[in-house]
Amino acid sequence: MKKTDTIIIGAGPVGLFAVHQLGIKGLKSIVIDNLDKAGGQCIELYPDKPIYDIPAVPECTGEELTKKLLEQIKPFKAEFYLNERVEEINQVNEDWTVKTSKKNEFVAPNIIIAGGVGSFEPRKLSIKDAERFEDQSLFYAVRDKEKFKNKNLSIFGGGDSALDWALELSKNSKVTLIHRRNEFRGAPHTLSQLKKLENEGKVSIKTPCQIISIEGEKYITSISIKYDDGKIEKIQTDIILSFFGLIMKLGPIAEWGLNMDKKTIEVNSKDFQTNKNGIYAVGDICNYPGKLKLILSGFHEVALASVECFKRARPNEKYRFEFTTSSKAIQERLGKK
Amino acid sequence: MTKVTYKDNDGNTKTIEVENGLSVMEGAIQNNIPGIDADCGGSMACATCHVYVEEKWYNKLPKAEDAEVDMIDMAYEPKKNSRLSCQLIVSEELDGLIVTTPPKQA
Repeated sequence: MKKTDTIIIGAGPVGLFAVHQLGIKGLKSIVIDNLDKAGGQCIELYPDKPIYDIPAVPECTGEELTKKLLEQIKPFKAEFYLNERVEEINQVNEDWTVKTSKKNEFVAPNIIIAGGVGSFEPRKLSIKDAERFEDQSLFYAVRDKEKFKNKNLSIFGGGDSALDWALELSKNSKVTLIHRRNEFRGAPHTLSQLKKLENEGKVSIKTPCQIISIEGEKYITSISIKYDDGKIEKIQTDIILSFFGLIMKLGPIAEWGLNMDKKTIEVNSKDFQTNKNGIYAVGDICNYPGKLKLILSGFHEVALASVECFKRARPNEKYRFEFTTSSKAIQERLGKK
Repeated sequence: MTKVTYKDNDGNTKTIEVENGLSVMEGAIQNNIPGIDADCGGSMACATCHVYVEEKWYNKLPKAEDAEVDMIDMAYEPKKNSRLSCQLIVSEELDGLIVTTPPKQA
């Protein structure tokens, strides 16, 4: 079990800045996130959309903000555990232990939950039997493309993931791309390549239509789709790949015995602790009178929470407030001296 | 103030007076109407405020911009009359608007 000063759940902008605020106080942290990269909603929902309300940054995109934050926290060498979700937390004396979906275990006196609206998970097909075939002949991501060689693939979605995989997998398989409307929202270049393959008879594109049923016993044998005009078509299918984006699910956080209000965690606005000592909630997921779901509010919240983290992690030391401009200790931690 | 009716999947309805200028999503959140999650807070980034709009009203609404239609692809069981309620701004002309929430958002 790995020991650290603070476990940060969520690698969005606020989780990343927590590393900074803890780091300048000399505290170590690890960051856990269910996505495969840091950035949270900034990177997953609006990487290209400009943000205009980061103080002293007139305009930057979600991706730029994430990059800058990663650069800013580099001196602190926080360890990142991505692609894993925190499943369980337990109290052991004054400390907290955390177990993740990859069976990693950590222990620390502090847990900062910077979980946004929860963890990102693929949106699943809502039709009957979809669950039965999941991970066997129905997939929401491509982990090993060898699995999909020489198969009849039905790919759903209209965005980049659906288009990119349709293109890639059509090299070795018979691909049918199915979308609910005629317009696709993926990169125009990919789309024109697909149209070319369609004309050559190498890819089949079906629009506007939606899936209505899956047929098969142990494995999928075919699917039925319904066009907007009511026409129904059966398509021979071995494997369904569905790309309807990601949704946010609060997940196990709701079961940790924290005081919740709908999907948010109640905290005090003094140190952002929850009803459990040593567990803090910051950013979009926390709730207190006057709370605003702004990135800048999250930055303020971690600054205050990190002070309490220090007190719990270093009970025998006195916390001293310091400025980065004048503190030798901070400058050393930043690698500036 | 404009009357907006929120109908759930089972046909239960709630009619609320919503301040003009607010979105149909905000009207729901402020009045604790279940069935609209609005996880992203109205930035057209999540499709969890998805509603179906009756045809009569659908045609009266300003057309959805591309980004909204793209986002509706990600919604739970989108249909031809799907909209994101964060993009529907309440005004006098919409008095009596009826929207139906899908069986679930996520």
